[in-house]
Amino acid sequence: MKALILIIVGTALINNVVLNQFLGICSFLGVSKQMKASVSLGGAVIFVITIASAVASLLYTYVLAPLSLDYMKTIVFILVIAALVQIVEMFLKKKSPAIYNALGIYLPLITTNCAVLGVALTNVQNSYNFVQSVFAGFGTALGYTIAIILLAGIRSRIDEQAVPAPLRGAPIVLISAALMSIAFMGFAGLTF
Amino acid sequence: MNKYFERLYNGLIKENPTLVLMLGMCPTLAVSTQAINGVGMGLSTTAVLILSNVVISLLRKAIPDQVRLPAYIVIVASLVTATELLMHAYVPSVYEELGIYIPLIVVNCIILGRAEAYANKHSVGLSLMDGLGMGLGFTVALTLAGMVRELLGAGKIFGAQVLPASIKPIGIFIQPPGAFLVIALFIAIMNAIGIKTRQRKLVESGCDGCCATCSSACGKKEEVAEK
Repeated sequence: MKALILIIVGTALINNVVLNQFLGICSFLGVSKQMKASVSLGGAVIFVITIASAVASLLYTYVLAPLSLDYMKTIVFILVIAALVQIVEMFLKKKSPAIYNALGIYLPLITTNCAVLGVALTNVQNSYNFVQSVFAGFGTALGYTIAIILLAGIRSRIDEQAVPAPLRGAPIVLISAALMSIAFMGFAGLTF
Repeated sequence: MNKYFERLYNGLIKENPTLVLMLGMCPTLAVSTQAINGVGMGLSTTAVLILSNVVISLLRKAIPDQVRLPAYIVIVASLVTATELLMHAYVPSVYEELGIYIPLIVVNCIILGRAEAYANKHSVGLSLMDGLGMGLGFTVALTLAGMVRELLGAGKIFGAQVLPASIKPIGIFIQPPGAFLVIALFIAIMNAIGIKTRQRKLVESGCDGCCATCSSACGKKEEVAEK
């Protein structure tokens, strides 16, 4: 149990997917404009990455590894993720319109979010088993959600400030992200 | 100017994928810790981009419109896997250094973006030059970011000591925060000298940063926003 909690803390805070690994930067910079959208996207990302890492882990352990098709993992994972997002979207639309309305429009965006593929590949690299993969996926997505919500909060304050002209737009957002990244480096000091 | 060279100029300067279009930010931020990594990542992406543009341009009449995106993804993923295996065999040091970011070339927005915006409408020769131009533009931007970060963070360029040892390098620049700072600086300089980038769109919609796959999602999002 302790090992699993360590995986979550490690992936969510210490090796934060956005601020330390630079995965999912597009949506991190784009969607953090609005707080409400950031919360919804965060929810959708947690949902998809957790399921995708579970499916990818099962596929790798029971299909790719026994057939020694290890080198096919990039192709298989990207297709599975794309199909999975479609299925999740259709399922939610039918079974749970409330969740679909909150998350639905962000689901297709997630297919191209490199964090999903990144987690699946990192899990294989670290030779995590099924349970560890699911926890690592959940932790990574949680880290993404924390980062995007924090940035959305910071940006709503920046909007009220007089920013020097050349820094308006992307530069000031990137500088805020740099400061957050410095703050998150402090988590590297966490020891258990 | 000959139309083939026009593609090169377009990729390198006019529509530089990283600095002007702001595509492919993830690898730009992640691997620019050293100039040499920028070159490695840039050239491997260039190879994939040229080949994917050529293959997609060759198949542009054969691929049905409805399934074009999955088809592109399969083509790009196969090319990336081949590149990854070749790099593992012939340049193991670069392979180790770039790690997970090599397979992640699959989801690099530049590649699917060029397939959708250029290669599926133009001849093989032009698509090849477009891939070369865009790839070199990406390589130049990555190498430049890598050089700045390496110089400030380690006092070196391409591994050679440049700053005298008495000047202590600013270590934060080769750490993750340095990536955000250097790219912010690049864009701020471009803003200050009046080069227009597409950053406003990227930062405000979150759509342009990703490739064509999410264009439908962006349409939907705008509809919802209007309601």
